[in-house]
Amino acid sequence: MSEFFQQVVSGLGSGAIYAALALALVLIHRATGVINFAQGEMAMFTTYIAWALITNHGWDYWPAFVATLLIAFALGVGIHTVVIRPVEQASVLTVVIMTIGLVLTFNGLAGLIWSAEVRAFPSPFPNETWQLGDVAISQQDVGTFGVVLALVALLWAFFQFTKTGLALRASAVNPDASRLVGVRVGWMLAIGWGLAAALGAVSGMLAAPTLFLDPNMMQATLIYAFAAAVLGGIDSPFGAVVGGLLLGVGLNLIGAYIDFVGADLRLPVTLLIILVVLLVRPAGLFGVAVTRRV
Amino acid sequence: VRRGELIRAGLFALAAAAVFLLPRFISDFRAQQFAYVGIYLIALLGLNLLTGITGQISLGHGAFMLIGGYTTAILISNQDPPLELFGHQFTNDMRDIWTIPLAGLIAGVAGFLFGFPALRLTGLYLALATFAIAVAAPAVVRKYADFTGGGGGINLFDVSGRTKAEVVTDPVTFESRELGVDIFGITIPSFNEWLYYLCWTLALVLFGVAWLLLRGRFGRSLRAVRDSELAAASSGVDLARYKTLAFGISAFYAGVAGSLLAIATTFVNPDTFPITLSIFLLVGVVVGGLGSLWPLVFGAIFIHFMQIEWAQRTEAIVPDFLPIIGDIDTDLPGAPAVAFGVVLILIMLASPGGAAALLRRLGSLATRGYQRVRRAWPA
Repeated sequence: MSEFFQQVVSGLGSGAIYAALALALVLIHRATGVINFAQGEMAMFTTYIAWALITNHGWDYWPAFVATLLIAFALGVGIHTVVIRPVEQASVLTVVIMTIGLVLTFNGLAGLIWSAEVRAFPSPFPNETWQLGDVAISQQDVGTFGVVLALVALLWAFFQFTKTGLALRASAVNPDASRLVGVRVGWMLAIGWGLAAALGAVSGMLAAPTLFLDPNMMQATLIYAFAAAVLGGIDSPFGAVVGGLLLGVGLNLIGAYIDFVGADLRLPVTLLIILVVLLVRPAGLFGVAVTRRV
Repeated sequence: VRRGELIRAGLFALAAAAVFLLPRFISDFRAQQFAYVGIYLIALLGLNLLTGITGQISLGHGAFMLIGGYTTAILISNQDPPLELFGHQFTNDMRDIWTIPLAGLIAGVAGFLFGFPALRLTGLYLALATFAIAVAAPAVVRKYADFTGGGGGINLFDVSGRTKAEVVTDPVTFESRELGVDIFGITIPSFNEWLYYLCWTLALVLFGVAWLLLRGRFGRSLRAVRDSELAAASSGVDLARYKTLAFGISAFYAGVAGSLLAIATTFVNPDTFPITLSIFLLVGVVVGGLGSLWPLVFGAIFIHFMQIEWAQRTEAIVPDFLPIIGDIDTDLPGAPAVAFGVVLILIMLASPGGAAALLRRLGSLATRGYQRVRRAWPA
């Protein structure tokens, strides 16, 4: 039994990382109706910025963390303004191709600037465990989980209790009406992209100590985040967080107890989850089924 | 047969003749490079049929190429039992060539089957599912290592089932020289030229097939599915049938391309078909022009030559203006990807129709100019 809890706890740690990235995907999808395929690469790129601040410029971890969030926010706003806004009215395919262009650009830039070498990334949490009966709880996992939860709470408060948050929600639900009551919708969407980029940066910085930093670091994590977002319902922020945690724990348990899957087939299993959810319940666990008028 | 189609067939014959004469004028090394262009062209024709014509996004066509490539690699390298089909036993002679249609068929069936769950996915969700396939496929290959060689891959270089050019070494000067490849009684001077002819023969045939498929009722139905599913269904187009067929045919093309890629590189492993391959294919279709046919050649040339040439060019330019950032690696692994990404975004911003639209615009400009001249100086 203790192994079971062990797996659950470490699953919550990785699940928190998927949840952060999934939440970023959901934020963008709610605001602009786009699935940002570059979310993972943007996260990887901003994590490199944090790495450069810490190792090349001698910053402490937390100042670098905050600075990276600000840089990521600016990056997200910039990308929305330069790349996404001009194709707002275009077809889904066009927007997908745009984000694919961003995937290539960021992946290539990271390799170009920092080389494809695998790098160690520092962790703010000690690499020790707490003993709770038979269960060893890694402080790393608890720290990751805590940071993500705190940020999600902060984000929720921002959306719920501030005027900007209200305007953000309004422009996602009904852009035309929001524009009529004086909300600068274009700006709001850009802020949505900025927040998503910052969330992605958090997931990248939390994932990097275990995954190690290289330009392809976030590719698998992005697939997990897709699965988490789809599982929770692509338009539900709450669902994204629950979906991420469920997926983290679920994958850990499947890997531990089904020998056939092991560590190698995590991605194919995730693909299967995505397909099954999309086919059986496209709205996800917490999403609202959309009825379309034709 | 309409007059326009006769002209088109004539142009096609001319282009085919040019393609077959080209190796006489270029080096052996260039012939190899253009062979790869032919391979990409086949893959792009397939992806375009699905994404450009039928409107179903696929970010995972590299996975179908992987199926084709591994089919060929396994069939060539696995010598027993001997390959036998319909009572005919294949010797090692031209064994690689016979695996190409099989690779296409297996990939095609896989694509057709994937078409069924894909029926329920539209737009973004389909993009997502296909993307996940491309990321997951190499993991499956690694898992079944006894069958696929796992991460180490399958080396076809010394396998007897592969067509090779015999190499002789001059006993005095120690210079080695290829004796050439004999096929159907013709001697082709080098392996690379043989590869060129193989790839381009198939590319031209498959181009013709794509053209024939798209010119009539079938092509019209596919385009109708893309433009409006509702309108297509109410005009009697069976959506399920056409979408799954488009998936199958498209995957067949990808399988053939993957098979040729395995033959050309004489080696396959999971990294031969990375997620970036799937993405590059999409780039190629966009550069050529979504829904176009012959301008895809530009897309194929673009994706092949950007990968090799651009890396060398940037190496010379970049270190001069980037040292501010810190230590720079000189082999610059990311250079082609940056170029691809930026070009992709610029094309979508400036000319979403790709090369096809650009050429059309130039064509109409020329016609208008000609008419203006005619009006100014009536004959």
